[in-house]
Amino acid sequence: MALPTYASPLERIWHWTYLAICVAIFFFLIAPIVVVIPLSFNAEPYFTFTEKMRSFDPEGYSLRWYDTLLTFGMTNPDAPRDTSWWGDVWNNARWVGAAKNSIIIGVFSTILATVLGTLAALGLSRPEMPFRRLIMAILISPMIVPIIITATGMFFFYSSACVDTTSTFGRLLAPVLSNSGCLANTYLGVILAHATLGIPFVIITVTATLIGFDQSLNRAAASLGANPRTTFFKVTMPLILPGVISGALFAFVTSFDEVVAVLFIAGPDQQTIPRQMWNGIREQISPAILAVATLLVIFSIALLATVEVLRRRGERLRGLTPA
Amino acid sequence: MATALDPHAAVVSGASGASPRLTTADGQPLARALARSSARARRRAFLLVAPLLLFVVVTFVIPIGQMLHRSIYNDGFSANMPQVSAWFAENPTGTQPDEAAYAALAADLTAAAEARTIGVVGTRMNYDVPGTRSLFTSTGRKARAGFEPPFREALIEADEDWADPTLWRAMRSASTAYTANFYLAAVDRTRDDENNIVRVPERQQVYVMLFQRTFWLSLLITGLTFLLGFPIAHLLATLPMRKSNLLMILVLLPFWTSLLVRTTAWMVLLQQQGVVNDILVWLGVVGQDGRLKLIYNQVGTIIAMTHILLPFMILPLYSVMRTINPSYVRAARSLGASSWTAFRRVYFPQTLPGLGAGALLVFILAVGYYITPALVGGSSGQLISNMIAMHMTETLNWSMAAALAAILLASVLVLYWIYDRLVGIDNLKLG
Repeated sequence: MALPTYASPLERIWHWTYLAICVAIFFFLIAPIVVVIPLSFNAEPYFTFTEKMRSFDPEGYSLRWYDTLLTFGMTNPDAPRDTSWWGDVWNNARWVGAAKNSIIIGVFSTILATVLGTLAALGLSRPEMPFRRLIMAILISPMIVPIIITATGMFFFYSSACVDTTSTFGRLLAPVLSNSGCLANTYLGVILAHATLGIPFVIITVTATLIGFDQSLNRAAASLGANPRTTFFKVTMPLILPGVISGALFAFVTSFDEVVAVLFIAGPDQQTIPRQMWNGIREQISPAILAVATLLVIFSIALLATVEVLRRRGERLRGLTPA
Repeated sequence: MATALDPHAAVVSGASGASPRLTTADGQPLARALARSSARARRRAFLLVAPLLLFVVVTFVIPIGQMLHRSIYNDGFSANMPQVSAWFAENPTGTQPDEAAYAALAADLTAAAEARTIGVVGTRMNYDVPGTRSLFTSTGRKARAGFEPPFREALIEADEDWADPTLWRAMRSASTAYTANFYLAAVDRTRDDENNIVRVPERQQVYVMLFQRTFWLSLLITGLTFLLGFPIAHLLATLPMRKSNLLMILVLLPFWTSLLVRTTAWMVLLQQQGVVNDILVWLGVVGQDGRLKLIYNQVGTIIAMTHILLPFMILPLYSVMRTINPSYVRAARSLGASSWTAFRRVYFPQTLPGLGAGALLVFILAVGYYITPALVGGSSGQLISNMIAMHMTETLNWSMAAALAAILLASVLVLYWIYDRLVGIDNLKLG
C-alpha cells in the first residue's frame, strides 16, 4: 500500500484522500456497534449522550438498565437480595428466561445441524458424489430463501404436522409436542427450524476445510491397518475439526439471532432473547434494550475471536500458511 | 497402465495373453468390477448426504411446497357451501341464478350459520369482493330462523346484495377450491364483469408498487455497498497480511453481531433526538428545529441495510482482490498508462468475479429482507416481505401471503440459479 517513490503530487493527494475515505467507511461499519455500549450505562431513559455523560460525571452513568434485565418480570423485585431473590430471578425474570430458551434451542439445533451437516459435507466432497451440484443447491437454499418465506412455510407445516395424541405413537411423542399433538408452539419445532437455518453454514465451512484436505492421509491410515472408523476419528476428524467448530459456531449464532421463525412458530413458552428484544423494540424501546445489545456485542466479540483462532489453527494444520 | 487402484482388482490378462479382455483376479471382467466398485463408492457418498437431505426436505422443502399449494388453494367457500358449489358445477358460466340456486344458497347459509363457519365463508368472499363479509354474517344471523320459499325473494329481502351479479360471479369462482385469483391480486389485477383481467382501481394498487420498490431499493443498496465496500476490500487486499488481518476484524465484528443489535443501534443513532442529529446540530449543519427525519422512512431502511449487508460485499471482493497480481498494474504503469487508466483497464476488470459474487449475494439478501425494514422503515420503507408478514399475522389472508411469497421466491430462485452458474455455491465464503 506504500506509495511508490515516483508518485506524482496528484497521486499523493489521492492516496491520502483514499485513506481518509477508508477510515470514514471503517467508522461507518464499527461506530453504530460501539456507540451502543456507553449509551447502555445512561442514567436517564434517553438514547443520547446527556450533559452529565459528556462531562464524564459519574452521576450520568449507572447500571440501572442492567438491573432492569434481572428484575423485569420478577414476582417480588423489591425484596432483599438474598438467595430467594436470586431464585426469583432465575425462575421468573423475563430476560433470564429468554436467555435460557435461547441457549437450549441454540445448543440442540447446533448439535443437530453440525452432526448432519458434517456427515453431508464429507459425502459432498467425495468426487464420486452423484447430483452433487443439485443437492448442494438444495442444502444451501435455507440461507438464500428469504426468511419470511421459510417461516411462512414452516407455520403452515407445523400447524398441520400433528399426530393423534391418543395413539401409541402420539403418547410416545407427547412430551415434545404441544397439547394438540402438533409441532407448532413446541421447543422441538423451533429446534428443527433453527437447525434447518444453520445447516448451510456448517456445510459451507466444513466443505471449505475439506477442499484443502489431503486424501492420501486417509489412504496412508488405511494402508497402515486402520479401519474406516479409526481413520475418521484419528485422522480426518482432528484435521477438519476447526472447520466443524466454526460451522457449529455459525449455526449457533444463526439460532441465537433468529427472530422471524420464532415469531411464526413458537409459543409463549419459547420466547428467546431476540424475540424479547423484538417485543421491546416494537412496543416501547427503553435503554434496557441497549444493555442487552451490549451483552450481545461482547458475546459476538468472544465468538469472533474463537472463530479467528480456529481458522488460523486450521490453516496451519493443513499447511496452507506457515506457522 | 490400468494398474490396481483397487487392491482387490488385481489385473491379470486373459490366460492366452492374446485375449484383449481384462479380468480381475477372480475372473470377472474388469469393466464390470470397476462399475460395481464405483457404484458402491457413489452409494456410500450418497448415504452420507442422505440423512441431511431427508431432514432438509422434510423441514424446508415440504413446508415451502405446502405454502405454494396454499397460494392456489383455498376451500373457505367450497368446503362450507357444498350445495351452491354443486349448483355452480352443474350449470355453465353465464347461467342466471335461478330458484334452485337460491334454494341451495339458502340451505348452505343456514347450515354454515349453524356450524359457525359462515365467518370463514364471508372472509373468503371478502378477498374477491371487498365488503361482503358483513353480508354473509348478517344474513347468517337471519338464516338461523330459516328461510321460507321462494328463496330468491326471501334472500333478496334479507339483503338486496344477493341479487348482485358481481357477487354471483365471485361465488362461482370461489366454488372450486383451486384458484389463480390470489396471483392476479398479487399483480394488482382482478376480473371485471365480463371475466376479463383488468387492473384494480388505482387506490388499491399496492403490490406492484411494493415489488418495484423492493427491487429498486435492493438495487440501490447493492450499489451503495459496492461504493463503500470496494475501497475497503482494496485496502485490505493490498496491506500486509498482519495489518489487514487486524482491520478485517472491523469488518467481521458487524458481521458477527446480532442483526437486531445492529438495527437497534441505528434506531438509537438516527432518531430525531438521537446521536447523529445531536452531532449535526452541534456542528451547525441543521438548526435545533430542523432536525432531520432519518428513521421510520426509506432513508432509515437504506442506511441500516447498507450497513448490515456491507460485509457480504467486502468479503467476496477481498478474496478475489487478494489473488490479483500487483505486477500487472505496475506493468501497465511502466508502459505509460496513467494510474487511473491502469486501475480502470487492468485492475478493475480482474475484480469483476468478486464484484459479481458480492453484488448478487447482497441483492438476493436485500430482496427478502424483513426485520430491518419492519423496525426502521416506517411506512415508506416497507418491502414486500413486510407485506407478506402483514397478511400472515394481521389480515390473516394466508393465500394472499402465499401468492406474494411465491412470486418473491421465484425471483430469488432465479437469482440463486444465476449465482450458482456464475460464481458456484461452493465458492461461497464466510469470513
